[in-house]
Amino acid sequence: MNHLMIMPIVIPLLTGAFLLVMYRYNIGRQRSLGIGSCLLLVMFGIWAVVQAGVTDYTLYHLGNWQPPFGIVLVLDRLSATMLLLTALLSLFCVLYASRGSDREGSHFHALMQFQLMGINGAFLTGDLFNLFVFFEVLLIASYALLLHGGGRARSRAGLHYVIINLAGSALFLLALGILYGLTGTLNMADLARVIADAPEADLPLLKAASLLLMVVFGIKAALLPLLFWLPRAYSAASAPVAALFAIMTKVGFYAMVRVFLVVFGLDEGAPANETALAWLWPTALITLALGGIGVLGAASLRTLTAYLVIVSVGILLATLSRNDEQLLAASLFYLLHSTIMTAVFFLLADLIGRYRDQGYDRFSVISPLSHRWVLGSIFLVAGVSMASLPPFSGFVSKAWILQSSSRLPDYLWLWAAILVSGLLIIAALSRAGSGWFWRPQERTHKSEPGLDRGRTATVCVMLAISFALAVFAQPVMDYLEAAARLVYQPSGYVDAVLGDYVHQGGEGIE
Amino acid sequence: MELVIAITLGVLTSTGVYLILRARTFSVVLGLTLLSHGVNLFLFSMGRLTTASPAVIGLVEDYTDPLPQALVLTAIVISFSMTAFVVVLALKAAVELRSDHVDGEDPNEDRQ
Repeated sequence: MNHLMIMPIVIPLLTGAFLLVMYRYNIGRQRSLGIGSCLLLVMFGIWAVVQAGVTDYTLYHLGNWQPPFGIVLVLDRLSATMLLLTALLSLFCVLYASRGSDREGSHFHALMQFQLMGINGAFLTGDLFNLFVFFEVLLIASYALLLHGGGRARSRAGLHYVIINLAGSALFLLALGILYGLTGTLNMADLARVIADAPEADLPLLKAASLLLMVVFGIKAALLPLLFWLPRAYSAASAPVAALFAIMTKVGFYAMVRVFLVVFGLDEGAPANETALAWLWPTALITLALGGIGVLGAASLRTLTAYLVIVSVGILLATLSRNDEQLLAASLFYLLHSTIMTAVFFLLADLIGRYRDQGYDRFSVISPLSHRWVLGSIFLVAGVSMASLPPFSGFVSKAWILQSSSRLPDYLWLWAAILVSGLLIIAALSRAGSGWFWRPQERTHKSEPGLDRGRTATVCVMLAISFALAVFAQPVMDYLEAAARLVYQPSGYVDAVLGDYVHQGGEGIE
Repeated sequence: MELVIAITLGVLTSTGVYLILRARTFSVVLGLTLLSHGVNLFLFSMGRLTTASPAVIGLVEDYTDPLPQALVLTAIVISFSMTAFVVVLALKAAVELRSDHVDGEDPNEDRQ
């Protein structure tokens, strides 16, 4: 058993707990501990990606209890990719926050570590109830992070966010209760095995459970009727927190992939799945359209970015609902791109807002702007990448999605939604950019404040990653294709996790 | 016993949902509490309903399933802490926004 595998959960847990106990530490030490932990997580992320590339499934039995009785952590290419992405994103968020926004309230770095523990745990776990627990860990940390810094807007957005997520947790438990009552297990692999052999009479309840789970993950991922908390919450949060939240909606997407393609996907034809995916397709498309309209109608760059998150969720879920291996690989690539780019835009909104004399990031205010050329160039590059124009990762990912969806039925709906929302994004971003950088009010007095090199460099490095993703697209694509192939072989997952247990005929200790 | 449990679940859940849909934070918090009670009871009953059988193997012929009890224990702890958090948050929002409406302001206030 490889103990390195649990490190992505243990490191942030210990760091966070230590930071809580040592709350009298000066801010410099807190920052270096937070950054150090994130650096370690990046290293473990790289290890996980390499390890998952060598062995398809790496298992970790917590407390050495054998599945399906104990909780098992499963590392495959999909979870490894998500781990590395989370680690990189968190490193940049903590670096950006360390330039000052972590001082707005107390315990920022401790909360960040608990948030990372929850996210990493959700990506690694192979047990459905454990997934619920990690969801709660990441949620309670995110409640506190959203409110970090205080203020009326955050209280108001926080209230909505907390209430809808508490209702979501209740639904999650209901779904788990139904599944346990029917199958007597909550281990994902064992569930998949039992559900595949489930009698016809259980099918309506299984469908109910899968739809409940879709609602729960839909709240996390911001699927259409459940997304109205998102724009207010994300635009109220402080910039590094909002940037980290870019991964939170993807946790919902990841959970949907695991549950619908693995847990409910083993059965031939997967009847419990079809109902859920049939609901997902139209709602995801409308989510995508609504996101595009929101982008065009947003009054500030942060709100615009929040709607960009919704657009990305719409694309991811629409591709997921088509239930195709090639398309899933393409949408995983898009996930990498969109997570990094929405995070860049949240940070950029804060960065530019700081150098405008009035109005922060609101479009309606015309204001003098310092460092027009530097900030303008960064905004242009980020805009080109976000709008999926070449030569950045956005272009590669969207081209791949369009290409691999072209052989599926109904692909024209997807094409239309993606292309029109892309056009709306271009229009909104060019309007924002031209208003801010081409026609800023002339400054009449006072000298320009110096450019914050640390914050600017953080954003530039993130943009460079987006560019690198396009340059090294081929190896990344190969890796993601292998990841998607594994997801579409749920029997391999079940065999790897249950192993001997299945060969003994599924009879456990009595 | 099944009927009693089913009726209790139904009453808890429906009052919970009704209260969550109210406009004041206090009733929403109460609703969340009732809903989580209902959910916990539901989770507990998923181990099948029996009386006078402990969750210990070997003591008696028919033991009850201990797993839902462990699950519900976890769920109770989590929902308890979340309720505490949402109470504090609702108080904070009521003080800061000077309104206990869930949107932070009462849309009908001007009309009254």
